[in-house]
Amino acid sequence: MSLLNFLKKIEPDKKKSPFLHTLYDGFFTFAYAPNTVTKDGVHIRDGMDLKRLMVYVVIALQLCYIFGTYNIGHQHFIAAGQYLGFLEGFHLKLAFGLIQMLPIFVVAHVVGLGIEFFYAAKKGHGIEEGFLVSGALIPLIMPPDIPIWILTLSVAFAVIIGKEAFGGTGMNIWNIALLSRVFVFFAYPLTISGDQCWISGFEKISGGAAVNYNWWHTGFFNSLFEWIGLDTFNTGLKVPDGFTGATPLAMAYEGGWEKVTQYFSESQLLWGTIPGSIGETSKVLIVVGALFLIITKVASWRIMAGMVLGLIVTTLLLNSIGSTPFMQVTWTQHLLMGSFLFAMAFMATDPVTASSTNRGKWIYGFFIGVIGLIIRVMNPAYPEGWMLAILLMNTFAPTIDYFILESNIKKRMNRV
Amino acid sequence: MKTIQFQPTVILFLLFSATPLFSQSETSGQNLLLTSVIAICVVLILWALLTLANNLMRIEASKHGIDTNKNNFSVFPGLADFINQKPSFTTGEKFINLTKGFDIKLEGEAKKAIETVQVNRFAIKPTDFRGMSPIPKIEVEIGQSVKAGDVLFYDKKRDTIQYVAPVSGEIVAVERGEKRSIASVVILADKKMDYRKFTTPDFTSCSREELVSFLQSSGLWTLINERPFDRVPDTQKVPVNIFISTFDTAPLAPDFNFVVSGNETSFQKGLDVLKVLTSGFVHLGLDGRSKNIPPHDAFRNTTGVKKTYFSGKHPAGNVGIQIHHVAPIKSGQTVWTLGVQDVITIGNMFLHKIYDASRIIALTGAELKSPAYVKSYIGCNVADLLKNNIAGENNRIVSGDVLSGKQVDNDGFLGYRDDQITVIKEGNDYELFGWLLPQSPRPSLSGTFPNFLYPDHQFTAETNTHGEKRAMVVTGQYEEVLPVDTYPQHLFKAILTNNIEKMEGLGILELTEEDVALCEFACTSKSPLQKILRDGLEIVKEQS
Repeated sequence: MSLLNFLKKIEPDKKKSPFLHTLYDGFFTFAYAPNTVTKDGVHIRDGMDLKRLMVYVVIALQLCYIFGTYNIGHQHFIAAGQYLGFLEGFHLKLAFGLIQMLPIFVVAHVVGLGIEFFYAAKKGHGIEEGFLVSGALIPLIMPPDIPIWILTLSVAFAVIIGKEAFGGTGMNIWNIALLSRVFVFFAYPLTISGDQCWISGFEKISGGAAVNYNWWHTGFFNSLFEWIGLDTFNTGLKVPDGFTGATPLAMAYEGGWEKVTQYFSESQLLWGTIPGSIGETSKVLIVVGALFLIITKVASWRIMAGMVLGLIVTTLLLNSIGSTPFMQVTWTQHLLMGSFLFAMAFMATDPVTASSTNRGKWIYGFFIGVIGLIIRVMNPAYPEGWMLAILLMNTFAPTIDYFILESNIKKRMNRV
Repeated sequence: MKTIQFQPTVILFLLFSATPLFSQSETSGQNLLLTSVIAICVVLILWALLTLANNLMRIEASKHGIDTNKNNFSVFPGLADFINQKPSFTTGEKFINLTKGFDIKLEGEAKKAIETVQVNRFAIKPTDFRGMSPIPKIEVEIGQSVKAGDVLFYDKKRDTIQYVAPVSGEIVAVERGEKRSIASVVILADKKMDYRKFTTPDFTSCSREELVSFLQSSGLWTLINERPFDRVPDTQKVPVNIFISTFDTAPLAPDFNFVVSGNETSFQKGLDVLKVLTSGFVHLGLDGRSKNIPPHDAFRNTTGVKKTYFSGKHPAGNVGIQIHHVAPIKSGQTVWTLGVQDVITIGNMFLHKIYDASRIIALTGAELKSPAYVKSYIGCNVADLLKNNIAGENNRIVSGDVLSGKQVDNDGFLGYRDDQITVIKEGNDYELFGWLLPQSPRPSLSGTFPNFLYPDHQFTAETNTHGEKRAMVVTGQYEEVLPVDTYPQHLFKAILTNNIEKMEGLGILELTEEDVALCEFACTSKSPLQKILRDGLEIVKEQS
């Protein structure tokens, strides 16, 4: 209880310094569940609250975080032609991943939470936990090579325009994390598409390009590893000739599944040791996270099922047309490529922006599956569709709900 | 038994769902064929093993003299496990199985025994009656002695409806609340009850008007609740139906099977009287939750009423939910609802010509030393009821159940329609990382608590809100616990935005506080849903 007393003692005055008090309140309620009791309504309340809900999504993402960080390093060394085995050069890959990942993670949170705290203080209410999830998602859907200033801009855009302009947590129309990504996509397309951005640590991903190390690699970690007696970062590494940084989707667009399997094995695609956005490559770990969300009832299984259904139906349809190699790719192969599963588990299921009726969730999910796959297969400019499909269906989610409510209202009126 | 039966289904399901996955990823047709054949073989082997196990179990069972032909005695799931079977005792009656809902299991269930307590003071509170003017006309003076059934006060707006004394005794106080409104009329009870003698009309032959005016003057009218707005009924309106739920699914609620025993004839008499008053039917909602234990004969053997069995979790026992599934309220109509003990009081009037306000009350909650049933009268004093029975210091006393009951003072009085008191601990303390790592088990619908591992655990609930109020974020949560064909979240949003047409369209008139109480309990955002609903009902009432 002494910690509690200490925290109570240092509580800043609410009137004199509202911003400080909001900040204090945010951290205090993080440490201690408040002592408020029920009034006027029910006398007991469920143990579940928004903090717990949000944190469970973050917990579900942890495997993707660990793997994603390591995979940044793994992809880097594959491109450099060194340590081709997954666990070879473990410490170097981990160190490289951390050097890339930590700034992205920290900046996304500092910018996003900073804006959140500012608006909470300005409006005079407690800090809502919405950004916990957005902040955890944003680093995972960015390419590892994203420049920090672009990330800063995109997070600020998403939180201010996407959320605070609509009234804060629970009021936004579009998914915050995806909004930050779509901002990068339209404002700085080269940093998030093509075959240059998915592997970090090089000036350019083509034969003969040299590695691009900074003080953290050559100064900090190299002296640390030298001192322990491990391998160090080698500044003389070059990308071997004929190496491509393209993702499976870009290859599938050119030459279908055959072209993909020339470069990547199925188990590589399944376990995620491929280039791509940081957190979306490992299908197995995403499925584990999705199952965790379904079992804890944090995310809607209806949306996920609807999306899978939409994907299967559209693939079967495209398979029957089959005029380009990409159209002949089967639905299981589609599941193995790209970020469908990540979008399904963590993006589409955002309860605020998704359809809010149970029947609507099926429709919403189904159409994300349909539209996303059409974008993926038919669009020559950009080979992945889930971001745009989800944002589009976010826009239409209230319309879906409207028609479902109308049918309920009509049914009731007909009884009279 | 149940768990053993479901395992093979799970295995079969997994196998079948996995088969297309294996076969699709193979490109050549031969591999597809091969994997299918292997899958079928595995299924067949499993089936053979299970059949063997099944037979062995039967042999073992017959050695122990167990009849294997009864109760679906098998390793395999029978059809009955998938289709919810009607209990056999529902013969000929309607049976409705509600799949939505949630039972909050709490510690402190009342022991099935009536204990005697000495209650000295009783009070009727005008605030218990919704829509009543704050200062009713008081017909008694302090110091005056009254008989059970004597008029205490009436509402000046509706002066024919009399509010009567539940017990005989001396008027000791007329307590006043805010703005000189009357808070309660308190009676110090006599040792021996003295009843006012009534002359009851013959309800089978007299006109409806005569019966209605008798009910008003005898105080029985105030026992009736009129939906949709939950008030003492309009004297001019004929209800289209009358509904009585004979079981309560709320946490720690009294068992009416226990309450009704000994009052069978009074209950039937009360139903007979009510039957005359409606243009439709008297509907009884019966407990069909247990497959083997039928409800009390007092309910099952009633005549002249329509019976419907309900099965499911709370709020299946709420009369509002039952109305929705039997004959939903249409716009402009009213229905009446009564509690089981109210019907008994009406019955006793026509049997014994007295106003018998006796109530069997369940004293429940984890903070009671001996939770049990007691016999007292309407409006009894809480301090007298709970004397020497409360364990801790920091408690909350609730008149009613923990979901929709009202908090009362330590020296307060039981609500007019309540037949239960719950005493739980106040949760006004801080909990380190309580939102992430709770230090005590707590009831929850969420899968983030390992509560599903202990399905029969009785929780010691506290009044802590377990979190702060937030914007509505989670969807589909209310739907899960409200077995009504509507979209509760959108209904609440319609109320908050004052959209009357949408409120009515989404069926606000079919709901009342107790129906949405479970939604409020489950709400992740800690919204005050019962209050929102009542505000909405008030808005609709003003408009109509």
